[in-house]
Amino acid sequence: MAEVVKYATRESFGMALTELAEQYPDVVVLDADLAAATKTGIFKKKYPERFIDCGIAECNMIGVAAGLAACGKIPFAASFAMFSAGRAFEQVRNSVAYPKLNVKIVGSHAGISVGEDGATHQCNEDIALMRSIPGMVVLNPSDHYEMKAAVKAAIEHHGPVYLRLGRLAVESVNNNDDYQFELGKGITLRDGKDITIVATGLLVGESLKAANALAEEGIDARVINIHTIKPIDRELIVKAAKETGKIVTAEEHNVIGGLGDAVCSVLSEECPTPVVKIGVNDEFGHSGPAVKLLEQYGLCASHIAEVVKKALQK
Amino acid sequence: MENAEKKSLKITACHVRMGIIEGVFNAKSGHPGGSLSAADLFTYLYFKEMNIDPKAPKAPGRDRFVLSKGHTCPGLYSTLALRGYFPQEELKSLRHIGAMLQGHPDMKGTPGVDMSTGSLGQGISAACGMALAGKLDGKDYRVYSLLGDGEIEEGQVWEAAMFAGHHKLDNLCLIVDNNGLQIDGPVEEVGGVGPIDKKFEAFGFDVQTIDGHDFDAIEAAFQHAKTVKGKPSVIIAKTVKGKGVSFMENQVGWHGAAPNAEQYETAMADLKKILAEVEAE
Repeated sequence: MAEVVKYATRESFGMALTELAEQYPDVVVLDADLAAATKTGIFKKKYPERFIDCGIAECNMIGVAAGLAACGKIPFAASFAMFSAGRAFEQVRNSVAYPKLNVKIVGSHAGISVGEDGATHQCNEDIALMRSIPGMVVLNPSDHYEMKAAVKAAIEHHGPVYLRLGRLAVESVNNNDDYQFELGKGITLRDGKDITIVATGLLVGESLKAANALAEEGIDARVINIHTIKPIDRELIVKAAKETGKIVTAEEHNVIGGLGDAVCSVLSEECPTPVVKIGVNDEFGHSGPAVKLLEQYGLCASHIAEVVKKALQK
Repeated sequence: MENAEKKSLKITACHVRMGIIEGVFNAKSGHPGGSLSAADLFTYLYFKEMNIDPKAPKAPGRDRFVLSKGHTCPGLYSTLALRGYFPQEELKSLRHIGAMLQGHPDMKGTPGVDMSTGSLGQGISAACGMALAGKLDGKDYRVYSLLGDGEIEEGQVWEAAMFAGHHKLDNLCLIVDNNGLQIDGPVEEVGGVGPIDKKFEAFGFDVQTIDGHDFDAIEAAFQHAKTVKGKPSVIIAKTVKGKGVSFMENQVGWHGAAPNAEQYETAMADLKKILAEVEAE
């Protein structure tokens, strides 16, 4: 077993980029004055000649990344999710995705766990925006090990990728030595026959904790980690629906347009199944410590367990 | 510039303009005004200035061109066809279902198109990225980008201009097609972009203002731009929207409208007359 570690996925991202830089000399990194926060600063320190400061101008940054990619570079363009996926949405769509350029859009500080900065910086809409763009791969790794694997997979995938990073440190869950990251393939972290929790990102760890607590009450919940929200692992989701009959989804994102909707879309077409979505319920966040906010918005193990129990009673 | 060369460029520009009318007429839509105003610039870039080879449109060492004012692609397409990137016959299916020539430039489908553009203000950023890639790789290609004077009302243009100045992209040469008109009227009434020269100066550019229909002036400006070191260049080309077609000149209504059959005949007759005059020079 790999060591259980506790890192924010933004930190793991910065480490991975830096470690992979030598192996992939075409990788360049762009940031819009947030290198210290997105952790591209780790890369900048070691490879200053491959780091491009774009100033506080995210729309131009995405366009510059497109131009670099058109000349053979593999640019990672990083900012907070609110700005790289939100503010620069149309640049991502028209300058990157439409010409299928090999740009990796990095959205750090995604979700409510930004914490004290409050609603203007808590992006709960990035997954919805990015998955609506044709050809965009959407990745939302759950921990340190998965983020490191995801960065490598993003480099090796030729085409646009959106990579979601979190600000809050989370305990690793993918500690098994045989852990393998495959783009578009979900991972069954815990088998179970009563119900399936399909989770992504920060809520994968919380869902595992919920399943362990439920086991003590005799409820056998399966936990699936969806690190690739697009293209989504249809087969694994349909299999879980057929075998467990009920699904709960869990994500740190608006319940509109995120993982929950992606799962519902698959199931409504292939295997109609009751689904309960856990996420931010179509509202804005507010300031507060990240962990308290996650509890308040129900994005924690205890609330997931409650929802599962209710879903089973229906 | 020698007279024979100038005459040849003028003749080519006439054919570029005819191709624009042909394309837009057959499409029954599109943007003739800003295509015609930039026709002499397209001609000079593709027939004199740029280091390109139509047989190797993706050659890594080639000069790049980004049409930031993407809606004037009839002008670019007509020029690329004349230069041999694809058959001129393609112009007749501009904007049709299944056609290679899309309503706005598509780099995936059209040989010679270096960047997909159309959403204003975005092409210039991609051009900056291409110029920066050249710097990072120690290559000596140059990057050209044509912007509209209405387009530069977009905030992203100035983000990109700041970036180009800050990163000293002296392999980048912008051209502003200053025809003075945008969809809703005169640029100075709609968006108030002036003074264009002083704005670019403040962003760290070498600035030249020229007559965008005078090949001697166009040549001198591009020659000078290549000597500029440590900062990007911009050429503000004063042009006439609809240039060459009598009833389209300086008429805002021809920004984004296609001629009917009768207007097509008149436009072609106008251009043939100009061509005959140039050939007789």
